[in-house]
Amino acid sequence: MSTTESTPAKIKAKLVPIYIMGKRYEVPESLTIMKAMEHAGYKFIRGCGCRGGICGACGTVYRLPGDYHIRVGLACQTVVQENMYLTQIPFFPANRAVYEMEEVAPEVSYVQKNYPELFRCVACNACTKVCPMDVPVLDYISAIKQGDFKKATELSFDCIQCGLCATRCMGEMAQYHIAQMVRRIYGMKMAPYPEHCKEMVEGIKGGKYDGFLAELKSASVDELKKLYTEREQESHMADEKWEPQEKQYL
Amino acid sequence: MPYPEALKDLMKKVEETRPARVERKQADKEFPMMSLEEREDILKFHPDYIDEGRREIKIGPNKGYKIAHEVVDMLEAKSRVEPAKVDLTKADYETDVLVIGGGGAGTSAALLAQEQGAKVIIATKLRHGDANTMMAEGGIQAATKNWKDSPYYHYLDVVGGGHFKNKPELVETLVSEAPDVIKWLVELGCNFSRFDDGTLKTLHGGGTSRKRMHFAADITGAEMMRTVRDEARNRCEDIKVLEFSPAVELILNDKGECAGALMYNMDTEEYFIIKAKAVVMATGGSGRLHVQNFMTTNHYGATGDGLVMGYRAGVGLCFLHTIQYHPTGVIFPEQAEGILITEKFRGSGANLVNIKGEQFVNEREPRDIEASAIIRECVDRGLGVPTPTGKFGVWLDSPMIDHLSGEGTVEKEFPGKFILYKRFDIDISKEPMLIYPTLHYQNGGLEFKKDGSTAVKGFFIAGEVGGGTHGENRLMGNSLLDIMVFGRIAGKNAGEFAKDRSDLGQLSLEHVDKYHKEMAEAGIETDRVAPMLLPDYTPVEIKERELTSHYVGTIR
Repeated sequence: MSTTESTPAKIKAKLVPIYIMGKRYEVPESLTIMKAMEHAGYKFIRGCGCRGGICGACGTVYRLPGDYHIRVGLACQTVVQENMYLTQIPFFPANRAVYEMEEVAPEVSYVQKNYPELFRCVACNACTKVCPMDVPVLDYISAIKQGDFKKATELSFDCIQCGLCATRCMGEMAQYHIAQMVRRIYGMKMAPYPEHCKEMVEGIKGGKYDGFLAELKSASVDELKKLYTEREQESHMADEKWEPQEKQYL
Repeated sequence: MPYPEALKDLMKKVEETRPARVERKQADKEFPMMSLEEREDILKFHPDYIDEGRREIKIGPNKGYKIAHEVVDMLEAKSRVEPAKVDLTKADYETDVLVIGGGGAGTSAALLAQEQGAKVIIATKLRHGDANTMMAEGGIQAATKNWKDSPYYHYLDVVGGGHFKNKPELVETLVSEAPDVIKWLVELGCNFSRFDDGTLKTLHGGGTSRKRMHFAADITGAEMMRTVRDEARNRCEDIKVLEFSPAVELILNDKGECAGALMYNMDTEEYFIIKAKAVVMATGGSGRLHVQNFMTTNHYGATGDGLVMGYRAGVGLCFLHTIQYHPTGVIFPEQAEGILITEKFRGSGANLVNIKGEQFVNEREPRDIEASAIIRECVDRGLGVPTPTGKFGVWLDSPMIDHLSGEGTVEKEFPGKFILYKRFDIDISKEPMLIYPTLHYQNGGLEFKKDGSTAVKGFFIAGEVGGGTHGENRLMGNSLLDIMVFGRIAGKNAGEFAKDRSDLGQLSLEHVDKYHKEMAEAGIETDRVAPMLLPDYTPVEIKERELTSHYVGTIR
């Protein structure tokens, strides 16, 4: 079993023309834009990151002949189309506010202080239209303006910060930076706090488990194998409140 | 590209057996787990056990150690520079702590170093956050629930997964620091999925005895990465980030201690010097070396640079003879080949089934066992599902999850993968996924101690570039944990170390000259240059027409 990534030349598919920044190349029709550019001989420094659709390095805009629409996609996720005209936007300048964690307040006014342009939104929806992740950008900006940070967190959660929204914004915002700040404010100040985690940390720092771990560290491989094989398993269907029979190491 | 008719026909077998499998799961009747003996037996199908795939390193601290050819090729390669040409008398930057690598380990190291009062530079090959951290989906392990779990059980699971070879001190540190890492991230505003009362949601992963996998939908790594990166950006007064600026050699001083690094500007092709009182290596893994020609889930920049630099400076390697193949990578549709399908699908109950629609392995075995079972099904038993591209895979029965946990669960819990497949007209809440093992993680790496220090004074290690924590096989959710635990520790100790260090002595690249000499003496004749920095996917026909007389590394 091998990879196509290290052997792209072996693909036998129909060739289609594409235009990379205006220059014509013929590439196999089944390839993603990223692999097609490599097939054409490009070697990426910028505009290529995780190759798995999550890092936001390869935002790409393109048009098709006879069609006025601006189309977008991630180069690593979007399959080429015949006669597409494309360019990558691997970087777009965007100002980011610097803020102190200690002074963060879960209020619109705090966000507005850091990003006054928030209220320059004219609800044109160009941001949502240009998002390659189908994130409802305008909707989360509206949620922020209304102070609903929980909703904004949920709506913006799949944002990969590629910056394409910022390229199209009439209000000249960098929406993704604003969303990042709001998600952190929500996580820090508004989401319910996991007390159980704090309790466990205190237990560990208080030395509650030191003896148990010392036992394991000094155990022979055979002893460890026995303990490992016999350890009690939480079943897949068990609910949150499940408790094991053996409690002495808890 | 939806599934073609031939695959849709084969899929009917999966649908036929699904109701019975769902029923079995609901009745808590699991497919039997393998005994330790059975595990040993099935591992002969694992790529690590294929002898032709490896050779002995001829030079350096681990001379004679047998590891994958692709890694040895990098170790038995020349520096990108001639040391004599580098003017070490002038530093372009001076700092307390230099962190090499801008992923989760590097960024958390930078934050903790800064908290010790250090001025920090993060130098990273691509953009800040371009790393495998960003791509980790499933979750992060930590025993945070004291009514059913503790570091004791986490420890047992870790060493059982690692074939009982792990370094005990490192495991102890990993499991004891885990809950504090979760707490730290929560308090930084990282949005782990939780119940209304604040209890963090947790799931099983392969090889876990308790549900302790914390997650943030199916983009856990991305949520963690963007949180720590955002915080690093808030501290821009003290933490400077140099992007597209990989390190290519460590710089030592006349006493053999670490004193900085030789850097490279990817855009302008210039080399430059950073003088530092402490260096943290956090360059991550090496999936892009495509060991045994496997496809990989790894980031474009995962080319094992840190191994090369550390090894040349005299730091030993351990556990590099094992590489982790993630059991479930996309094998079809082809455009998505190699992409990771998170273990959380299996943690949520999805079975692995063969061409007959039969389950052939419990979906919660450790990764190497699970991968071996899939390879055996395809290669040995001939029960793999043929893809239109002439390969074989097995089904991952994702629709089971909706049957088990309610309609809409797949779409809600796995939004990223749901959208990815939707683009190919495949609805993974109704149709199963076709998968095969994919190169995922470097189990071993540079040797380091539990305080992050190494054999070279002033040189610290954090994350996947280090070895020992996971023994011969890492469990799911322990790498996001590893990078945060050892990132924080290395950062803190590097910060402390820098505080007490004043005179850096005379900078030197003599170790590189020595290494070149050792290569010549061992009879290694090669034009290979390392670190590789970026993989090269240019087709052969095009390479043949690229007639420039000398190409080096990234610049071909």
